[in-house]
Amino acid sequence: MSTSAIAPENPASVHPGTSAARGLRRVLNNFYVRRLAKALFTVWVVSTIIFFLIRLLPGNPIEQYIARLIETQGMDYENARMQAAALFAIDLDAPLWKQYLDYLLNLLSGNLGVSITSPGTTVTSIIARFLPWTIFSVGVGLILSFTIGILLGLMMAYRRDGLLDHILTIFASVVSSVPNYLLGILLVVWLGVQWKVLPIAQMRGTMSPGVIPSFTFTFLYDALFHAFLPILTYVLTTVGTWMLSMKGSTIGTLGEDFVTVARARGLKDWRITTAYVGRNAALPLFTQLTIAIGFVVGGSFLIETIFQYQGIGYVLSGAIAQRDYPVMQGVFLIITMSVIFANLLADFLYGWLDPRIKIG
Amino acid sequence: MEIIRGIFRWLGTTLKLMTYNKAGFIGFLVTAAILIMSLIGPFFVPLDTKTKLDKIYQPPSAEHWFGTDHQGRDIFSQIVHGGKDVIYVAAVAAFLSTFIAVSFGTLSAFAGGAVDSVIMGFTDIILTIPQFPLLAVLAAFIKLDNLTFLGIFLGLLSWPALLRAVRSQALSLKERDFVEAARALDLGAGHIIFRELVPNMMTYIVISFTLAMTAAVYTQVGLVLLGLVPVSSSNWGVMISLAWTQGAIFFRDAMWRIMMPILAIAIFQLSVITMTRSLELAFNPRLRTMA
Repeated sequence: MSTSAIAPENPASVHPGTSAARGLRRVLNNFYVRRLAKALFTVWVVSTIIFFLIRLLPGNPIEQYIARLIETQGMDYENARMQAAALFAIDLDAPLWKQYLDYLLNLLSGNLGVSITSPGTTVTSIIARFLPWTIFSVGVGLILSFTIGILLGLMMAYRRDGLLDHILTIFASVVSSVPNYLLGILLVVWLGVQWKVLPIAQMRGTMSPGVIPSFTFTFLYDALFHAFLPILTYVLTTVGTWMLSMKGSTIGTLGEDFVTVARARGLKDWRITTAYVGRNAALPLFTQLTIAIGFVVGGSFLIETIFQYQGIGYVLSGAIAQRDYPVMQGVFLIITMSVIFANLLADFLYGWLDPRIKIG
Repeated sequence: MEIIRGIFRWLGTTLKLMTYNKAGFIGFLVTAAILIMSLIGPFFVPLDTKTKLDKIYQPPSAEHWFGTDHQGRDIFSQIVHGGKDVIYVAAVAAFLSTFIAVSFGTLSAFAGGAVDSVIMGFTDIILTIPQFPLLAVLAAFIKLDNLTFLGIFLGLLSWPALLRAVRSQALSLKERDFVEAARALDLGAGHIIFRELVPNMMTYIVISFTLAMTAAVYTQVGLVLLGLVPVSSSNWGVMISLAWTQGAIFFRDAMWRIMMPILAIAIFQLSVITMTRSLELAFNPRLRTMA
């Protein structure tokens, strides 16, 4: 990718071709295009896996659902089958390849079927209603913990082996090794029940009754009030990793030549810290951010269940408990897709931040 | 005789190397204590299953070290008995995922070319799928009532991050001078892999194994908490799950019942992760020849 920028290609070795072909090759070799293609490919693989789980596994949900309808509602096989087909948005009589094609086309047009437990509600509408809350709480949590972690890590590196560094290191190792859902339970037990610092019963849900989503202070305050515990959990459980990585990375950067040169040039300490050390030391952390996004979004559904925060994870654990397969399938797809695209975004951001990865 | 002495010398050196990192050594001691408690403890501490209505939710005392639960049963005995299932599942999962990660990671690094691309492409895909929801969704399809099966199931999905790390480690080792030297001396592939590379990767493999164990504890307890793994024995995860589903976390007096299993899991995780610092020293071949 980057070789062309460093060493200009030898004109003789370039195949003679039209400018269109060269343009096409350039597009295909583009970093962004390749990453996008990879992301789309992953989405396709995941949806295919889900299709085969739903359709082909012995005792798959469609068969189970048909059996349940016959058993509980006294329906005959044909009717039960038709209802199942409507719920999952699948034509059961068509050949398998056609079902698969239809399934993919349905996905593309956003048709994910209808919920079993609340008939008449489409999975798409459920996702549209609950997903924003998860994006909000996880997003705020990760941005907060990333920022706090980087600042604390930078501070720890500058004051290494001091008392503050030791205390923060112990803190970071403890919080990053306790499973996040257990920390969530601990917050409920201590902040809510034992010390009664927080009104946990009122903090459940995503909004207080009567509050309307709008760009007002009341709404923003209310949204943050309800999201406080999930956000606190995300921050506490991820901040330790950022602190420790940033500390290590900063110590490495401090020894670099360009920092010495910047000092020799008589630049102000603050400018060296932010523009030279901080920016370069934070770079490797962006790759870790991509892994963290997946982990936090993935783990969010236990956190949301613990705090009764009605985001997409809360819906997923409810759907799993009630074996509401269309909802499960749709929500899982959406969670996977948001992780894949968050990764993609982080990669793009990394390419934009790191001048060494020049994309050509 | 010579062999036994050799083993003792090996153990002695290992222990000595481990003490070089104080925090790591403490982690090792705590981990060992938890393992001994969970594996041997059940033979000495009988599981208290009798309901004693006059002793509900007692705080810790000389008689009940960790207090009593909602039926007046001793929590300490439940903690002692509750460790082995959690550790067993975690060990099975960690063994499998480390095995996959190490064998395919080194293969990927050494084969290079198309093999490398295929393995890494596949790994990247599995890595981006959020693991925990995937496991939860799969658990809704597959019955996970067998501990070994649960461990295998967790292990089969948790190798991608380790594989990438092992691969990059192997890639850098491949270029080192001592491998180059062995190649120049024409010592053969077997010698290079087993005498030069594996000892140098041992640190990595052991640490991967312990970290995979903590990851498996995380997912396992999470699945139990969601009620996706059938509740049977009294293990730490099940204890938390029961306390949670019965609403005991909102009940002030029930504190010991919730705190004890949470502490057990948290301390286990923390000590295993801290222990890796000592393991890093103990399995470093360079330090070993020096000691």
